Amino acid sequence: MNALALLSQLGGMVLAVALAPVLAGWVAQCRAWLQNRSAPPLLQPYRSLRKLFRKDAALATYASPLFRATPYVVFGTMAMAAAIIPSVTTDLPMARVADAIALVGLFATARVFMALAAMDIGTVFGSMGARREMMIGFLAEPALLMVLFNAFLMFGSTALPTVVEDILNTKGLMLQPSLAFAGVAFVMVLLAENARIPIDNPATHLEVTMIHEAMLLEYSARHLALMEWASWLKLFNYACIGFALFVPWGIALHANGPLALLFAVAWLAAKLVVAGAVLAVIETVSAKLRIFRAPEFLSMAFLLAVLGLLVHLLLQS
Amino acid sequence: MNPFFATHVPVLLGLVFAWLVLGLAGLVRSHRIAWVAYTLFPLGALVALGIAAVGFSALADGFVAEQVILPLGLPDLPFHIRLDALSGFFLLLLGSVGAGISVFAAGYFRAGEGASPGLLCLQYHTFLASMAMVIVADDAYLFMVAWETMALSSYFLVTTQHRIPEIQRAGFLYLLMAHVGALALLLCFGVLQGGSWLMTFDAMRGATLSPVWAGVAFGLALFGFGAKAGLVPLHVWLPEAHPAAPSPVSAMMSGLMLKVAIYGLLRVSFDLLHGGPWWWGMLTLVLGLGTALFGAVFAAVQTDMKRLLAYSSIENIGLIAAAIGLALLSYAFDMRLLAALALTAALLHALNHALFKSLLFLATGSVLHATHERSLGKLGGLIRRMPWVATLALIGTLALAGLPPLNGFVSEWLLLQAFLSTPSIPHAFVNMIVPVGAAVVALTAALAGYVMVKFYGVIFLGQPREPSLMQAHDAGWLERVGLGWLALGCILIGVFPQVALNAIAAVTRVLVGTVIQRGPAPWWIAPVAREQASYSGLWLLLGMAGTIAVMFVLVRRMYHGRVRRTPPWNCGYPALTPRMQDTAEGFGQPIRHMFGPFFRIARELPAPDDRAPRYRIQIDDRCWHGLYLPLARAVGWLADALSVLQRGRLAVYLMYSFLTLLVLLVFVL
Repeated sequence: MNALALLSQLGGMVLAVALAPVLAGWVAQCRAWLQNRSAPPLLQPYRSLRKLFRKDAALATYASPLFRATPYVVFGTMAMAAAIIPSVTTDLPMARVADAIALVGLFATARVFMALAAMDIGTVFGSMGARREMMIGFLAEPALLMVLFNAFLMFGSTALPTVVEDILNTKGLMLQPSLAFAGVAFVMVLLAENARIPIDNPATHLEVTMIHEAMLLEYSARHLALMEWASWLKLFNYACIGFALFVPWGIALHANGPLALLFAVAWLAAKLVVAGAVLAVIETVSAKLRIFRAPEFLSMAFLLAVLGLLVHLLLQS
Repeated sequence: MNPFFATHVPVLLGLVFAWLVLGLAGLVRSHRIAWVAYTLFPLGALVALGIAAVGFSALADGFVAEQVILPLGLPDLPFHIRLDALSGFFLLLLGSVGAGISVFAAGYFRAGEGASPGLLCLQYHTFLASMAMVIVADDAYLFMVAWETMALSSYFLVTTQHRIPEIQRAGFLYLLMAHVGALALLLCFGVLQGGSWLMTFDAMRGATLSPVWAGVAFGLALFGFGAKAGLVPLHVWLPEAHPAAPSPVSAMMSGLMLKVAIYGLLRVSFDLLHGGPWWWGMLTLVLGLGTALFGAVFAAVQTDMKRLLAYSSIENIGLIAAAIGLALLSYAFDMRLLAALALTAALLHALNHALFKSLLFLATGSVLHATHERSLGKLGGLIRRMPWVATLALIGTLALAGLPPLNGFVSEWLLLQAFLSTPSIPHAFVNMIVPVGAAVVALTAALAGYVMVKFYGVIFLGQPREPSLMQAHDAGWLERVGLGWLALGCILIGVFPQVALNAIAAVTRVLVGTVIQRGPAPWWIAPVAREQASYSGLWLLLGMAGTIAVMFVLVRRMYHGRVRRTPPWNCGYPALTPRMQDTAEGFGQPIRHMFGPFFRIARELPAPDDRAPRYRIQIDDRCWHGLYLPLARAVGWLADALSVLQRGRLAVYLMYSFLTLLVLLVFVL
């Protein structure tokens, strides 16, 4: 571990935290264009963050300390997750601390805390949202793990930077059928986990359909700001996991110098622009599923990932 | 040799004897709570710590197994005692977790609840002592004596409140299953002695069995120990007996006794049988995975908090069994390193489960004392009335949900790492099927998160569903110390996992002859190779705490920390009551919907014109109706058929004797 590694580690984390609202703004902009609405500015998420941070927090009378701590915990886990994912460089000291299984664990920690906080106030919507979120989570989490398992088995490591280095350095991207299964499964998990349209709608507050928003209903001001920011960061993290597994080009390698980092940031920005646009297209052309179709959607993702695993093992032997 | 205990076994036996003395001392002034609870139980906790210390020192490098022959037992059948690393690890588990439970029990047991405290004290310490003896027994005779003592003492503890019919029934079912299992074990040891008619484990280790008989012995052991551990379909007693017992006893049964069964399975399959063909491992793996999924799904739909935890125990035992199966499987292909990894995962998960499940069972005990309510539908909001119990239970909840940086995550991480290495198994069919087991493990782990959010959210969060909950009081200081001890264990193993792995390394060296790679620091594990996978609980915790602290300071500095208290948003409907919150049934509804075929659901829906509409739903186990009730009916039918013989007339019975004599004479002549 040297100074540059530490710097790129911290820099990557700060970059993720800073860029996440822009990605959210970009997706919202694309969606608006596709739907013939006039789009909000790209930096709108920053403005709403500033607005929320300035407000006084309105807290339910009997909210427990758990409720107040949760936004910080959720934000902290998401920022930690950003530190593990090789978005710009593979030279990440933190990736030795927590591998990709721990990454899934971090996402689960955030989800459990969010669900617990939603149940804390004891309003009907809060616990309904918690229940639905956990229902989606318990199917999406193993599906994500199985997608990652595809990569682990292929490259013999559970550390994402090692996987990326293996793809870029030696083995090249093998066009394996198992990766196709894993890719489809991953996109499905991404949509479900980030409260995107076939499963949830981030723009809705309609009682019968909301999941993520139902959990945040009691939050306001800085707590809400942190929760929103954490959810944008989650989308950013998911996008970066996808880039690392399926399109890792442009990520600076261990051995590359500081200049490569700049190129890597440019590459990342380009990939995010494309991914955001694709996400907006997916959201625009698909309709929201009934809540009890969501398990079918997710079990399909889970099965696809497992199928990818089987295909890989079958072809390997 | 360790300098502290030159001879471990005498010290150990002295400590076990001390437990028995403490138990008997409880009878002296059995109704004096100050004597029994505040003196004997804390002393018992000290003894437990001593046992843990002996166990721990047996795990040190260079420890040589100690054997002692006691002049007790029957003539020509003395008791053999042996302390090796495997026994040492389980003694460590028994002692360290038992200490926390004993301290809690000191504050928990009080007069006027079923049996007298003194009698409970005797049963309690007999239970502990018998578990210790099972773990160090070195012949089948002592093993079975201790095993039966364990079953009986726990039976009496389960039926503490023996006047309640359900508890009577639960106790009877437990006793029945315990004896069916013990019968299988007796037969298993009968097979294992291999014609030498020696009952010592040494003789069994040396006996050469034909593959068929070895398979029979393994099957019997899996049945016997599986019945004790709660492997599906032998689990039916577990969700009945664990909730029936007083909470410290539930904690002991779930946290400790199930682990003793796991110990037995490891002792027989690895030590006495030296592993076997790969189908042993496959069978255990499949049974374990099935049990894990079954337990998690059923836990999600329970409405009684202790039953929920009991089903969750079934789930965790399933994961442990799956890991053991994986170890057996890879040992059969002589992949020692993978076997060591899977075994490490199994042992660590056993220790972890003992810690957090005991913690949660004890927490339900505190809740029960404070509210007199076990049904999740009538609890809620206790985090505000019982902050200590709620905080400590939160640690147990997060650990059980397998979240980093606590201990539950470490063992699940190890198990997944083990699955990741399975494609290298040199068997074309096995190496394709087994990695898919990881999918089941992942699904189970995620379901455990669901179950734990339900458990914690419904009991401690939200608003009190009953007005009486407003009078709930927090646990006393002894209970807090007991809970805190176990919670500390959860945190320490999570943050310094390598310390636990070092202890386990001694066990894997004995059982499979190799150890996994040692991590670079106490807080850093890298079981296979550093490039492949590493994890550091401490750094993860520091990273998260650092990010949270930085964010907190930034928000406070750049903006403000002002808070305004308001009523929650009621959606414009002001007549909301706490009873309208999501219930435990409601929270389990998605699982009930998705896993419908798992359950046997009986629903009672209200008619449209009902004056007092009532909605009732009952969820039953299919095993019970599909397997056990037909079995019970068959036994009843057989007994009826045989009762024809019972005529109640002396002449008939004399004729039976006469006929028997005649038949025997025919054989003899």
